[in-house]
Amino acid sequence: MTTVAHRVAGRIGESALRPDGIPKLTGNFAYISDLVADRMLWGATRRSPHAHARMTRLDVAPALAMAGVVAVLTQEDVPGNPRFGQVEQDQPVLCDGTARYWGEPVAVVAADDPETARLAAAAIIVEWEPLEPFSDPEVAAETEGQVIRQIRIERGDLQASGSIVVEGIYETATQDQAPLGPEAGLAIPDGSGGVDLYATTQWVHVDHSQIVDCLGLTPDQVRCHPAGIGGAFGSREDISLHIHLCLLANITDRPVKMVYNRTESFVGHVKRHPSRMEYRHESDDDGKLIKVSARVVLDGGAYAHTSEAVIANAAFFVVGPYNCDNVEVDAIVVRTNNPPTGAMRGFGVVQVCFAHESQMDKLASTVGIGPVEVRRINALETGDRLATSGQIIEGSLPTRRVLDALESIPMPVVEATDDPRLLPGGTGRTTDPSSVKRGVGYGLSLKNLAFSEAFDDFAEARVVLTTAGIEIHTAAMEVGQGLVTVCQQIARTVLGIEKAAVVFEDTSKIGSAGSTSASRQTQMTGGAVHLASVQLLEKILIDHDGDELRDDGVYRDGQRTATIEQICADGSVEQWVRFQHPPTGEVDDKGQGNPHAGFAVAAHRAVVEVDDELGLVRVIRVDTAQDVGKVLNPKAAIGQIEGGIMQGVGLAVMEEVVVDAGVIKNPTFTDYLLPTFLDAPSIEARFVEEPDHWGPFGAKGIGEPPTISSTPAVIAAIRDATGKDLTRAPVRPQDIVGL
Amino acid sequence: MIVTLNVNGEEKSVTAAGWESLLNVLHDDLGLPGSKGACEQGECGSCSVILDDTLVCSCLVMIGSCEGSDVTTVEGVADGVELHPVQQAMLQSAGVQCGFCTPGFVVAAKHLFDHNPSPTAIDIAEALSGNICRCTGYGAILRGLETLAADGRPQ
Repeated sequence: MTTVAHRVAGRIGESALRPDGIPKLTGNFAYISDLVADRMLWGATRRSPHAHARMTRLDVAPALAMAGVVAVLTQEDVPGNPRFGQVEQDQPVLCDGTARYWGEPVAVVAADDPETARLAAAAIIVEWEPLEPFSDPEVAAETEGQVIRQIRIERGDLQASGSIVVEGIYETATQDQAPLGPEAGLAIPDGSGGVDLYATTQWVHVDHSQIVDCLGLTPDQVRCHPAGIGGAFGSREDISLHIHLCLLANITDRPVKMVYNRTESFVGHVKRHPSRMEYRHESDDDGKLIKVSARVVLDGGAYAHTSEAVIANAAFFVVGPYNCDNVEVDAIVVRTNNPPTGAMRGFGVVQVCFAHESQMDKLASTVGIGPVEVRRINALETGDRLATSGQIIEGSLPTRRVLDALESIPMPVVEATDDPRLLPGGTGRTTDPSSVKRGVGYGLSLKNLAFSEAFDDFAEARVVLTTAGIEIHTAAMEVGQGLVTVCQQIARTVLGIEKAAVVFEDTSKIGSAGSTSASRQTQMTGGAVHLASVQLLEKILIDHDGDELRDDGVYRDGQRTATIEQICADGSVEQWVRFQHPPTGEVDDKGQGNPHAGFAVAAHRAVVEVDDELGLVRVIRVDTAQDVGKVLNPKAAIGQIEGGIMQGVGLAVMEEVVVDAGVIKNPTFTDYLLPTFLDAPSIEARFVEEPDHWGPFGAKGIGEPPTISSTPAVIAAIRDATGKDLTRAPVRPQDIVGL
Repeated sequence: MIVTLNVNGEEKSVTAAGWESLLNVLHDDLGLPGSKGACEQGECGSCSVILDDTLVCSCLVMIGSCEGSDVTTVEGVADGVELHPVQQAMLQSAGVQCGFCTPGFVVAAKHLFDHNPSPTAIDIAEALSGNICRCTGYGAILRGLETLAADGRPQ
């Protein structure tokens, strides 16, 4: 008889459909903001109207006196640690007497309905003595106690010099993640002093430890549940309403729900750090780098959040994907009274990539070579040393192949048009087609994958086979990126069984999966699912004397040796694993060491049209090639790449949280501009597959690189079109017109 | 006040303050959570519904103005368990990620194809430019809907 290798649908490499696609398309997918519970109260938050002020009076009595108000809590009501933070516990749960940012929570209310809750929050009497805010990070950098972390890197000969020198000072603005789903949570008391929380997050276990600490409970008394959320992009990496809701639920002994409105969302989550960067590149006559010096200042806002890791990324990736033997870096992140900053897609690398790519273009034009050529001759690849820490690059890093793949995409043929929908000014009909200038620009980026600097980075997963199929148990957050689909595909491929379901477990059922951030879940939770599936398969094949597992049992030489029912005679068989990536290390006092687990490179080419009389830009095309290791789901990967590019395009031409003396001036979708369908460039993407040294099937994380080098590519294209020396992202109309 | 309106083919009477938004009534009172509140300023389209054949942001419509109106929400777009062609197209093209904007896109795309069976790519982009998606970059949504345009009316 002939044997045909058993294949199931929806394996890796196929564009398997999302299991949650139909519920999301029909309105039946439950997001946290849709959850309700019996006897549920609604929460609301009273916030500071000042960026920096001393609280001189706080009187909650008027709120408590209102009909329908059940509880009003202030910092005095926090039973455990009054401060939280995932790295440094420096942020008060509620105002400790000094407000350190605009919108800092002062008190929280629980009431019968959301309107009463908001009216009650407004009725609380709070008086303030305003203080001068630290709004200039350069001043904070010189001030005792305002430095969160400073990194000094010295590598090679700091006296080295080159015949070609280019310098520049660059800035990037604050960017908001603007996930479509605002912060939301529902806390349900368990009747014996504990609480179950469903809240917008990227990492339930890191929320759990902070909630337990602040509520003064034991770990088993708090259960944080993964639940439906509308996007994240870094904004959910830190605590927002989590502790407030658990406090309200435990004190009222009733379920409490809270949903931020959009303005609260803008003040209620951390944003991308604004930056100021001074660069000096020195090369030989051919454009080969000899020395890079840089100073990077990031504004960390009032509290630490993840700033210590963000500044490390900015420091270690200050040169980008290039070889350079002599590097000097001063990187500093400081406390100010500006809006809180922390994680956003690209995590510190977005800022420095804009600067180093602007420098590489400047170098190319000074030397007299093309923008791709300068990148190719300096390209960092496997076996080379990272320019900053000196770490030898292990695993794949096909930088030149990525550049080749980008160049192989034909330049778009764009015909002149007078359709206003296709012109920079849009349907306002402000742009005269004859004044449109076109430009092309390039960007190349390098990003670390998963957590760095000796962090104990792991993901647990439990793979269970029952007669109904495979169950994959994890506490990882599916935030829209498609981890749920990839986990199914990995388990199907390894186990040969088509029916696979992901069960998202709360913190009491399984160990941490780590954060859905740092481009890490496909490699980490995907890696855990792969490892558990491989070990489960081995166990089943040994126990039932087989060489293959199929939907209906174990086979040897094409003959069935056991049915699924026989394999699952005890109900189920399972494997529970903790997956870790290769160890990373601390760096020494000169920033030298092996801090990273893996790397990915991406390249972008942008084509823009600019109306330089009005300073208007239309990004008509962004092509890209990306080092992905191995494509697990092509359509989902393209979705990550296109979505990531749009966030990079947004930072290049329109997205900016405008801050004045610590106050956000545009905390709404009316005033904070996001790219719409009409702003979307067409995108052609090429995958470069060169399997990495770890991760399922050699796959790399793909979420962040698209956002990183798309911004400098677009701005380089605007420079090409206008001849302007644009040093700030986003580029504003006045930067083009020269007002 | 009591407002009577027809939602997805069913007559509903609701007791609400006249100034409450249609979105709140649909989401919190009528058990139709598909329409999403994301900006509550009519900027993002996540709460899009069809109100008497007009595409509206339900967060900007006062329930007091809806007496006797026909409302189609995302829950009313599919024919039972049979997905509407725009839903099927967005599913197949991977035009859904976090999904929070998706109900608004489904409703807006249905409204577009109801009125223009063969839109061009730029027609689709213009018609959906009131719907913000932060995940997909719009490419997969466009590719999905373009397959319908090539086929003509998605019925």
